Amino acid sequence: MTTTSIPAAQSPVTGRGPRFSRWPRAVSAGPRWEQVLVPALACALSLLLFGVFVALAGVNPLDVYREMYRGAFGTWFSFQNSLVRAAPLMLTALCTALPAHLGLIVIGGEGALVIGALGAAFAATLLGDASPFALLTAMALLGALSGAGWLGMVGALRSLRGVNETISSLLLNYVAISVFKQLVEGPLRDPASLNKPSTVPIGDANMLGNLPGMDVHYGLVYGLCACVLGFALMRRTVFGFSARMVGGNVRAALLSGISVHSRIVITCALAGAAGGLAGMIEVAAVHGSANASLIAGYGYAGILVAFLARQNPLAVIPIALLLGGINASGGLLQRSFELPDATVNVLQGILFVVILGSETLYGRWFKPAASPAPALPKIEPVLGEVA
Amino acid sequence: MDESLGMLGVPLAVLGGALRVSPPYLFVSLGECLTEKSGRVNLGLEGTLVMGAMSAYGVSYLSGSAWLGVLAAGGVGVLLGALHAWLCARQRVNDIAIGIALMLLGVGTAFFLGKPLIKPTAPRLPAFELGAWSDSPPLRAALEVNVLFAIGIALAFALRFALNRTRVGLLLRVAGESADSARAMGYDVLRIRAYATALGGFFAGIGGSFLSLYYPGSWNEGLSSGQGLMAVALVIFARWDPVRCLWASLLFGAAGALGPALQSVGVTGGYHLLNAAPYILTLAIMIATSSARRTLPGQPAELVSAR
Repeated sequence: MTTTSIPAAQSPVTGRGPRFSRWPRAVSAGPRWEQVLVPALACALSLLLFGVFVALAGVNPLDVYREMYRGAFGTWFSFQNSLVRAAPLMLTALCTALPAHLGLIVIGGEGALVIGALGAAFAATLLGDASPFALLTAMALLGALSGAGWLGMVGALRSLRGVNETISSLLLNYVAISVFKQLVEGPLRDPASLNKPSTVPIGDANMLGNLPGMDVHYGLVYGLCACVLGFALMRRTVFGFSARMVGGNVRAALLSGISVHSRIVITCALAGAAGGLAGMIEVAAVHGSANASLIAGYGYAGILVAFLARQNPLAVIPIALLLGGINASGGLLQRSFELPDATVNVLQGILFVVILGSETLYGRWFKPAASPAPALPKIEPVLGEVA
Repeated sequence: MDESLGMLGVPLAVLGGALRVSPPYLFVSLGECLTEKSGRVNLGLEGTLVMGAMSAYGVSYLSGSAWLGVLAAGGVGVLLGALHAWLCARQRVNDIAIGIALMLLGVGTAFFLGKPLIKPTAPRLPAFELGAWSDSPPLRAALEVNVLFAIGIALAFALRFALNRTRVGLLLRVAGESADSARAMGYDVLRIRAYATALGGFFAGIGGSFLSLYYPGSWNEGLSSGQGLMAVALVIFARWDPVRCLWASLLFGAAGALGPALQSVGVTGGYHLLNAAPYILTLAIMIATSSARRTLPGQPAELVSAR
């Protein structure tokens, strides 16, 4: 029960030895076809399990698959609906995917989104009469900043105090929702919103417009840009390299003179900024004001997107579209088969569990020629249960 | 709350609230404590809690016996715990991530299967009337203690004894402190952890049955407000000791009851912020007790979060 510490091997920052985390290691392991084949197999297995599940509920799974496809991508209308739902998912997925490069599991996307929405609504309340461009810029900036502060706090607590980032970010989700409700029903409430407490509407003229020729708002562009920038930052810059070094081996990073503190705080803040931006587009493009209906679980679905995309910001884009499609088809499933609205949650849960379980398949069919680290000798139980 | 009590009603309501709200915390934190002692974190206990609540309500409604419902909730918990353990026994599978996934799966499945259960009323669990000597109805209401809570208190002491004074408990702690030592002794670490996770799931499921069968005492989708997740933080607060889990659960129950208690006497300002009190308390405790330079005292050395 004593504290195990090896002073010489301990990093001054995290207090952890070289075993800080091996989490993102698998991100770049193995050939490319494996990176596609394994998730594809996992998706197929998930659909199969989901089919068994709905079959037990008395519905023909083939019909369900067809309706889901129709509700997600089958028509131009449903495809646009999926795109609208994918936009915030891309941003909240980055909340998990960016810190994952440092070996951190941050699940605070929901909190960052909610606080970002609050910041954006606050900016709109302050600058009610400004021009649409100035107003939207201010909303985006303040939304991103408040999200950045929110998750930056998680990073700071992690690096300064060693507070577990998974649990602190999760707790902050609940705190964020409470703060949101308190302010929206209190100081920020629009007196005209009687039944449903909301902030002052930003006005139709100031709403974030639609892309030319589509019924999809510009938030999608925000999401796409953020994912591409996130990828470029993590894979193509010195900052990204040093951040991934922290995730790979924190001791080596420290010995190379990398400031682990700043990498953790900055990356978490950037992740929060993405989440805050998601909140801003929900306010500026979907709801027109901040109210309780934007707490729709985009943050939690974003965690799933990030893990499905194996924390790769570019892969987040198609996966967010897929998940957005699954969410969009929920209503159709409800209407066509009288299945509960939680049906899509079941599919998401199955998908999540199977994808994570499939992590073990990497490297099964393909062994790298030069093994980077010798495998530890596995000690077989000799005496069994008799001892 | 009785109007005649005035502001005096607040501490009473907080006490009553602590007794009513804390049992789910207690059971989930005992389960999590056991699992973490074996060297694994199961963040999926929130899903187990909600699944337990749903299946307890369903079985209790169909069979007419609340205790059968409790048993069913425990059984579902064992299954979910075993699934977690089985997945984590594969190479390169991260137990924290699997926990998040099982949380989503458990909650989703419970909402799916529980849809027809929102309307009917199921038999509820019995309670001890500790306040029977008093004529004051609020006092009697506050001092109602559920049988399951009494079992939970006994369980906390039994678990501490089992962990610290028995051979099985020692084995569990060895698996949590040094997997290599356990292997060298000839034990299968994965199997020890599987048993610990399944038993932890059993407790968490029973915690869920308390939610639907006693307080609030019905099944709906807003039943759990994250008790399963907070219990994980609570175990850290309790420094991985079952009896301290009991005190921590009471504290959390009291913090959760503060908002409604103040509202009942007319103090409505900051209602939502007061509801966040348990989360803020958890966070404050984690900030105060964590350190960047050492692992927490009492923390099993094999935990991922200890590395």
